[in-house]
Amino acid sequence: MSKLEIEDLQVQVQTDDGPKEILKGVTLTINDGETHAIMGPNGSGKSTLAYSIAGHPRYEITGGSVTLDGEDVLELSVDERARAGLFLAMQYPVEVPGVSVANFLRTAKTAIDGEAPKLRTWVKDVNAVMERMNLDSTFSQRSVNEGFSGGEKKRHEIAQLDLLDPKVAILDETDSGLDIDALKVVSEGVNRFRERDGKGVLLITHYTRILRYIKPDHVHVFVAGKVAESGGPELAEELEANGYERFLTAAV
Amino acid sequence: MTTTLTDALEVERVESHLNPPASYDLADHPVPTGREEVWRFTPLKRLRGLLDGEASDTRLKWDTTLPAGVTLTEISGEQAVELGELAPNERPAALAAANAGGALLLDVPADAVVAEPVVIRLTGSSVDDLVWSRLVYRVGAHAEVTIVLVHSGSARYSAISSFLIGDGAQVNVLSLQDWDDDAVHLGRDAIRVGRDAYVKHTSISFGGDLVRMHANVEYAGPGGEAELLGLYFADEGQHLEHRLFADHNAPKTKSNVVYKGALQGQGAHTVWIGNVLIRKVAEGIETYEENRNLVLTDGCQADSVPNLEIETGEIEGAGHASATARFDDEQLFYLRSRGVSEKEAQRLVVHGFFNDLIRKVGIPSIEEKLLETVETELAKNVLKDLA
Repeated sequence: MSKLEIEDLQVQVQTDDGPKEILKGVTLTINDGETHAIMGPNGSGKSTLAYSIAGHPRYEITGGSVTLDGEDVLELSVDERARAGLFLAMQYPVEVPGVSVANFLRTAKTAIDGEAPKLRTWVKDVNAVMERMNLDSTFSQRSVNEGFSGGEKKRHEIAQLDLLDPKVAILDETDSGLDIDALKVVSEGVNRFRERDGKGVLLITHYTRILRYIKPDHVHVFVAGKVAESGGPELAEELEANGYERFLTAAV
Repeated sequence: MTTTLTDALEVERVESHLNPPASYDLADHPVPTGREEVWRFTPLKRLRGLLDGEASDTRLKWDTTLPAGVTLTEISGEQAVELGELAPNERPAALAAANAGGALLLDVPADAVVAEPVVIRLTGSSVDDLVWSRLVYRVGAHAEVTIVLVHSGSARYSAISSFLIGDGAQVNVLSLQDWDDDAVHLGRDAIRVGRDAYVKHTSISFGGDLVRMHANVEYAGPGGEAELLGLYFADEGQHLEHRLFADHNAPKTKSNVVYKGALQGQGAHTVWIGNVLIRKVAEGIETYEENRNLVLTDGCQADSVPNLEIETGEIEGAGHASATARFDDEQLFYLRSRGVSEKEAQRLVVHGFFNDLIRKVGIPSIEEKLLETVETELAKNVLKDLA
């Protein structure tokens, strides 16, 4: 089971000119097994939504609630949220010099499961995932995200999604900066995750391109810090044809 | 009239403001007051009289592992100069040259490929001992060798060391300062890199009350490359200072400096001064210097000053970076967003910070020991509940 409920979420950040409200009451429910796409122009607050749910300290929650299977997510620390079953694939994954991918993955898996993975099956699992994500065998020995190409960073994020097996995955512009081959590899990785029982996906994107490979159940148009319109996959088709103009005009 | 490269090297005398001219004459190196640019970071009182230069014939205990072909012999001071010793450019080194009563020469013959490391263990028995030391390391052309120096125990110790690296040689030098808590160590390592030779010099300081190390490099011809690495971990009350100088006095030479340090505990103080001089003759050179400090607790001070003096723009590249910070919030967030607890994330980041440098050392037996030492240091303080 996995149900992520976001209710009237309000978020602000501190700027040089004082606090600035970014999310102005976001309400969204991802039911068991659903994939939702959030689409919106730059600066609409899509990434803020992703990072706020994950618990980044830069974002201050000023109102509303987020629950995962009824549990209050906002009360949890960043790592507790991950252990509760949330995963954020980042747009700009962070370099951690000197920490190998292998060590990082094993440490994360141990933390999520509460026990160390069985060595023999774990190595096999990691190798299989790396191969599926088209990452070569030396990849595990490299430092986390250090010197990775844009495509490698995103494929590494999805490899983690596969191995850590959360309840709900938030993908923050995972498609940005990918060529078509990498986009396919990443999409296939996400689709394999979706095939598992009851997994939720919140797919944040600027472009409709990725929706050709990952078919959402619901599409939300995000403008000026809130959901401007919700619908089915046909809403993405409309955006593909007409862009965001209609929503931007309405928001003014 | 034609000017050869050698003439140009001899003619050109550039004075670097951070590196006073070299001289054996003590009158050229007056007792510092502490206000001098090159001494302003160093707590002079804690040198325990080393700068007075009192004579002493006390020695450290030497245990050496000399692989076949490598010799260690006593020579006179005059012979050291004749061999091409790099003259002292500060008072403690000049005092060491004057007071050591001769020098020791470690000789690696030309073309020798020495598989096992040369290991020199130097042990002091008490901080009451005043010890002067003068060392010359001569590596012949095209030789390959690894030299490891380990300092432990306690002493008031000042050493002047010169590394004369032959053309095309490949040399890996490591100096580990693993002193007891009360030791004082002033060290000047200076390296002359032969044509197309490669030298890696790593300075690692963990112990001692006050450690101040110079690593200087200059070039005997074009094509030489020097990699200067360093790692230090300052605990409560410790002063660990590393001063680097890459003097690009020949074309097409390279220098790459990476020093990383961590500080923990009240009064832990580290100083890193990087300096690169690119002389007019040094066209086509490449240089980079980097210092990173990780501040683990309150009450520490990390001084970090990269300098670059450029006299020609006809170079491949020159850059520097310096950063002193507590944990990187973005790194911690990334790790924690994968379920890793805050403490465990800190542990990963600190280990990564050091591993990144340790894996460059290139001496497996030492790398293992360094990882253990870092572990012990971390267990002392901030991350003790994670050990």
